[in-house]
Amino acid sequence: MNNRIVVGAHYGLKDWLAQRATAAVMSFYSVFIVAILLVLKPADFEIWRSIFANGPVKFFTFLFALSLFYHAWIGIRDLWMDYVKPVSVRLTLHVLTILLLAGYSGWIAAILWRL
Amino acid sequence: MTTRAVQFRIYRYDPDKDERPYMQDISAEVDSNDRKLLDALTRLKARDETISYRRSCREGVCGSDAMNINGKNGLACLTELDSLKEPIVLKPLPGLPVIRDLVVDMTQFFRQYHSIKPYLVNNDPPPERERLQTPEEREELNGLYECILCACCSTSCPSFWWNPDKFVGPAGLLAAYRFLADTRDQATNERLDNLEDPYRLFRCHTIMNCVDVCPKGLNPTRAIGNIRDMLAARAV
Repeated sequence: MNNRIVVGAHYGLKDWLAQRATAAVMSFYSVFIVAILLVLKPADFEIWRSIFANGPVKFFTFLFALSLFYHAWIGIRDLWMDYVKPVSVRLTLHVLTILLLAGYSGWIAAILWRL
Repeated sequence: MTTRAVQFRIYRYDPDKDERPYMQDISAEVDSNDRKLLDALTRLKARDETISYRRSCREGVCGSDAMNINGKNGLACLTELDSLKEPIVLKPLPGLPVIRDLVVDMTQFFRQYHSIKPYLVNNDPPPERERLQTPEEREELNGLYECILCACCSTSCPSFWWNPDKFVGPAGLLAAYRFLADTRDQATNERLDNLEDPYRLFRCHTIMNCVDVCPKGLNPTRAIGNIRDMLAARAV
């Protein structure tokens, strides 16, 4: 490959919008979950379990986790793009980040649906 | 007339003589008519003519004397001498290659500026007089056209420091929006295509150093937000 500087990948808008949308989901969830905890005041494990075993709470929690991971993907990818210059290293880090976040998504699903 | 000494700590580097840059402590005698930092620099230059910096209009119009003043980018000709804590630490604009002392190589900065095609694109035959706008349409250009390209904003932007070759930077993006906002321009789509890029536009992380330092009080962050809104309006 030659050393010419190439730009013009024609993406970025969707990620920028997604970062805002996922941020909104996370803020709504934070208010929602704090409200639930304030109302129910869980004192033991059984109450904690029953809160998150509830269908809508489970769904919303999973949505929160997915939003968090997508948000983190865009942020961490920006970090690699800013500071890691060799393309091969950057690509490797991108792939590892995606694998890690995909793994986390499966993990949180397993935790939530085990309750 | 009463005179007083002003203490400076100035970044010095002459690539022909110096192995590496160093900071020089030096003072200048100023009198009560010397109101701006540039006045004191002129006194300093009279004392040591090897001190190099750019200057031209001395009234904040040409944008030549941008430098890092006590850690913050600004124009020497607009900075009140009395507002500065001594010793006044002067460094070249951060992130650009130093040619000598406070003089930087602005090639990278202007390359980004040129990349956004900073001129009106209109393929209609020119009218006999000027292309007219309504007062409301003209109003949209306020806060955009006043940029003097001093580079204070772009060289205070961390995203520009890390990717000066790929990120257009606040000054270039402000100029890009100046033509996107212009009702006489016909290249809106091409301009948006040119900017829709993870590096060229989306390196802006809304740090807002640009707004903090602009000597003309402009707001590149808002312009960048408006470009993003236009892209969203086009895509959604």
